[in-house]
Amino acid sequence: MPKINSTDKAAKEVKEKEAVKIAGSSNTKIKIYINNKAIYTSPDKSILEACLENNIFIPHLCFDPRLKPQGTCRLCIVEVEGIPEAVASCVTNVREGMKIKTNTPHINELVRINLELIISDHPLDCMTCESCSNCALQDLAYIYDVKDVTYKGKIHEKKVLEDNPFIFRDNEKCILCGRCVRMCDNVVGASAIGYAGRGFECEIIPAFEQSLKNTDCVFCSNCISTCPAGALQPKPYIGKARIWEVKKIQTVCPYCGVGCVIDLHIKNNKIVNVSSEIGKHVNRGNLCAKGKFGLDFVSSSERISYPMIKTKEGKLKKVSWGKALDIVSDKLAAIKKKYGSDSIAILSSAKCTNEENFLMSKFARAVVGTNNIDHCARLCHASTVTGLIQTFGSGAMTNSVEDIKHSDVVIIIGSNTTETHPVIGYEIIRCVQEYGLKIIVIDPRNIPITRYATIHLKQKPGTDIAIILGIMKIIYDKGLYNEEFIDSRAEDFDKFSKCFSAYTAEKVAEISGVDKQSLIEAAKIYGSAKNALIFYAMGITQHTCGTDNVIALADLAMMTGNIGRKGAGVNPLRGQNNVQGACDMGALPDMLSGYQGVENDNIRLEFENKWGKPLPSRKGLTVTEIIEGASSGSIKAIYVMGENLMLSDPDILHVAEALEKLELFVVQDIFLTETGEFADVILPGACFAEKEGTFTNTDRRVQRVRKAVNAPGSALEDWKIICILSNKMGYSMNYNNTAEIMDEIASLTPIYGGINYERLERRALQWPCRKYGDPGTSILHTKNFTRGKGRFIPVKYTPPAEVVNEKYPYILTTGRILHQFHTMTMTGKVKGLNEIAPSNLVQINTDDAKNLGIKNRDRVKVESRRGAVTALSLVNSKIKKGVVFMPFHYADSPANVLTNPALDPEAKIPEFKVCAVSLKKI
Amino acid sequence: MRIADLPRYELQPEEVKRIDEIIKKYKGKKGALIPILQKIQKDIGFIPVEAQRKVAKMLGIPEKDVYGVSTFYSFFSMIPRGRNNIRACLGTACFVKGGKKIVDRIIKELGIEPGQTTADREYSLQVNRCFGACGLAPIIVINDKLYQKVNPEEVIGIIYSCKK
Repeated sequence: MPKINSTDKAAKEVKEKEAVKIAGSSNTKIKIYINNKAIYTSPDKSILEACLENNIFIPHLCFDPRLKPQGTCRLCIVEVEGIPEAVASCVTNVREGMKIKTNTPHINELVRINLELIISDHPLDCMTCESCSNCALQDLAYIYDVKDVTYKGKIHEKKVLEDNPFIFRDNEKCILCGRCVRMCDNVVGASAIGYAGRGFECEIIPAFEQSLKNTDCVFCSNCISTCPAGALQPKPYIGKARIWEVKKIQTVCPYCGVGCVIDLHIKNNKIVNVSSEIGKHVNRGNLCAKGKFGLDFVSSSERISYPMIKTKEGKLKKVSWGKALDIVSDKLAAIKKKYGSDSIAILSSAKCTNEENFLMSKFARAVVGTNNIDHCARLCHASTVTGLIQTFGSGAMTNSVEDIKHSDVVIIIGSNTTETHPVIGYEIIRCVQEYGLKIIVIDPRNIPITRYATIHLKQKPGTDIAIILGIMKIIYDKGLYNEEFIDSRAEDFDKFSKCFSAYTAEKVAEISGVDKQSLIEAAKIYGSAKNALIFYAMGITQHTCGTDNVIALADLAMMTGNIGRKGAGVNPLRGQNNVQGACDMGALPDMLSGYQGVENDNIRLEFENKWGKPLPSRKGLTVTEIIEGASSGSIKAIYVMGENLMLSDPDILHVAEALEKLELFVVQDIFLTETGEFADVILPGACFAEKEGTFTNTDRRVQRVRKAVNAPGSALEDWKIICILSNKMGYSMNYNNTAEIMDEIASLTPIYGGINYERLERRALQWPCRKYGDPGTSILHTKNFTRGKGRFIPVKYTPPAEVVNEKYPYILTTGRILHQFHTMTMTGKVKGLNEIAPSNLVQINTDDAKNLGIKNRDRVKVESRRGAVTALSLVNSKIKKGVVFMPFHYADSPANVLTNPALDPEAKIPEFKVCAVSLKKI
Repeated sequence: MRIADLPRYELQPEEVKRIDEIIKKYKGKKGALIPILQKIQKDIGFIPVEAQRKVAKMLGIPEKDVYGVSTFYSFFSMIPRGRNNIRACLGTACFVKGGKKIVDRIIKELGIEPGQTTADREYSLQVNRCFGACGLAPIIVINDKLYQKVNPEEVIGIIYSCKK
């Protein structure tokens, strides 16, 4: 908060500048002269930006397109007619008719002197420097022919800081340009490093010279990517390769749904570094710790490299592909014959490519003949799909990540954005600091982004609907709703408007435990915003009232007309790299690809014609129902591709029982997971870096995934495994490459109709992209909603399925942490990440801990009606009283032993976010 | 000097109380950081790391911002100052007029380098660049009192005479 206040005025100015920028970038162009050549550019650009975009060389060291320019290195100087002295081009905007001269003898002399001064106090060990040939300072020394130290004198003997697993800092090489500090402050928001000392003594270090591990550093590596002088290095990759030895392969990060485009540096079939193009793609060159440092799993010795079957003694035995797939196809055929197609279920994967998910859907429907196909989206955003399809007609993010800067207000509800979608978190934090964006956080914990929030409503888990209804009532009573939008773009408002009338601020405060005044303030801020975005994630969806939660948010956005524009919309943040794609591809029991209902005869007919097989018409079972089916005996075989049910599903003790009963359980994965231990047959798949394909990120962006290394042993790309299996089962599935699969997807999926590999080579495309030449859609529902008119649907607050009582007096809510991912199949193999986040911590409020006699880092037993786990305590006041939080990553302390499998009646999503537990110190 | 080399200082209960009072007085005001650090420096004699952490936490600002300010201004010290703080000027005018000799004399007498404090915490020595009193050069400042046109012979006498 102090940051916002102190920069209010500056933020307003920037906002105005930004307004010019938005207008400017579309049409207004001004004419300037650079070296006597006329150039047209937009008035918001700095001289440096205008030159760079026209390929005119200007030396610079402290400029990075991801950061606000600062003008400290004094190298980007130019001559401007009418100004007597040299001008720093990065902090001077262009003006109509401006006459600029670059690289004049006078300027070159000044640059040279500046460079000589910098070099005089910079070690000249380029030949062994990790950044050699990838160093802006070295390049400039080459261009300006600065060979040696001109100014001899005292030089620095500064510190090397490397007491952490990831970031190596050699301050002797630091040129104090401040890029890393600005990156840490203004983009990442960690503020872990800063200038200390003065004059000659000045250097950039963490406060009190402490280890980065003790600061708020998130090890995102963006300081490394911005350093122009080799002072910062990625520690795990040091000494692995020289930059000219590596082949860079551009692909997409395999972790969360942001879909950061990464370049894998490959040497000898190994990933030796990871980078990202600065200023480009959805992530603009920014990464998080998992994307930069979390890819060791690819070459882990624990990868499965050959097929295995379980012997009678229960041991795993290596077999040939032929044998393994014969067993699978024979058994599937036998089970199908004996019990019918619907006794078989398939779990597809949000980690695999679109092409693979599409083939899995085809395999389930055309080969096995069942709609029993689902994937982990059921456990995360099923309620988004059901909720947003009813209200808007399309269950995906309505906006793009780039849109955040056009927004005045962002509501973040049920999303720990900076930890679960770090790169989107950076963009929000940057906009707060650069453009004065206001954030309203609604979360039971002080998640890191609350530091930048204007208002934080700290509610009791499971009371979100009451809060949203309360906000709607305040907005309605104060007349802040958008009547024109409601009349022209939406329907059923009259029926709907009664539903919030009873939710007075007092009542909401009582139900949810939030501060009444803050609630009113939040409603006013959102209601009076020109453009407002809502970001939400599992905190909204993983409830028995998940669908209603989503509907309530959609209602709120429609009521204020905050939809269908730049900077205004409703945005579910998807958790997995390709969970959006897996849904799009029809790895769902009720939808074929492109959200085309399986019960619709016309649609089915089209697929039947293409696939040459009759398709099942009845909706299939969801993940949770499949497990139920296995338990009750109606499901006899499950084929899982890349999912780890044994940690990700609720009430996992029950899942284990169910899996034991199966006649055939096939697991196709890259590691032997907790789920794999139950398998009869294990098929080794290829990971993201070992195959071609596409992922669709959270803002509907279809991006190319490229093969960078060979898969271990005889492991195969998942799409090839599906094809071979299908052919063995008598249905011919033959593709030469994944491009051909994409062509088939495009032919059957209208929203992917215009997507093919040739276009994707050039740029990512956001669906709907209906035909060749369609540029894709960055904002949904701009003129009409996908379903025509937006539909207001009344909702009401219902308490969670499980409430606290004397025996279980605390509410447990689960989630993720920054340095681990999901069931740790991947992050668990990365040494550094496990050094940062080694074990499960159960977060307990200070007052509660005091009452229970629990101190920080005590071992605590957490027990629910379904089971008990132990974990170390993390005692602080960041979490609401009466609430405890646990991440679900850790297999040795699995939170999902405790969680409640109660389902949302429509979306069938389990209530991971609320269950009642007891705590005991042991 | 490395922070890691500093002896760990446990804040005394009355110091904790005093720091709390100081921060409360300025909290919420714009530009509160420097006055808070000044007051802590004055009342406690130095600004230990623990106090800086407390300031950062209570003001809700990053620790590195507090540390950046406390290391920027020579007025702030992270090691305890003596009951009597001697500041000698080595700005251009004082230097030319023999300031260096004065500093050397003090170093010899007290056995401490600039930036250090005597073991009995009686005296501490700092070297500053220009107090803006060049017409009176060379000068020293002891406990906020300025002594003008000092010569190396009489400086020890001055120091002992103004002992608190």
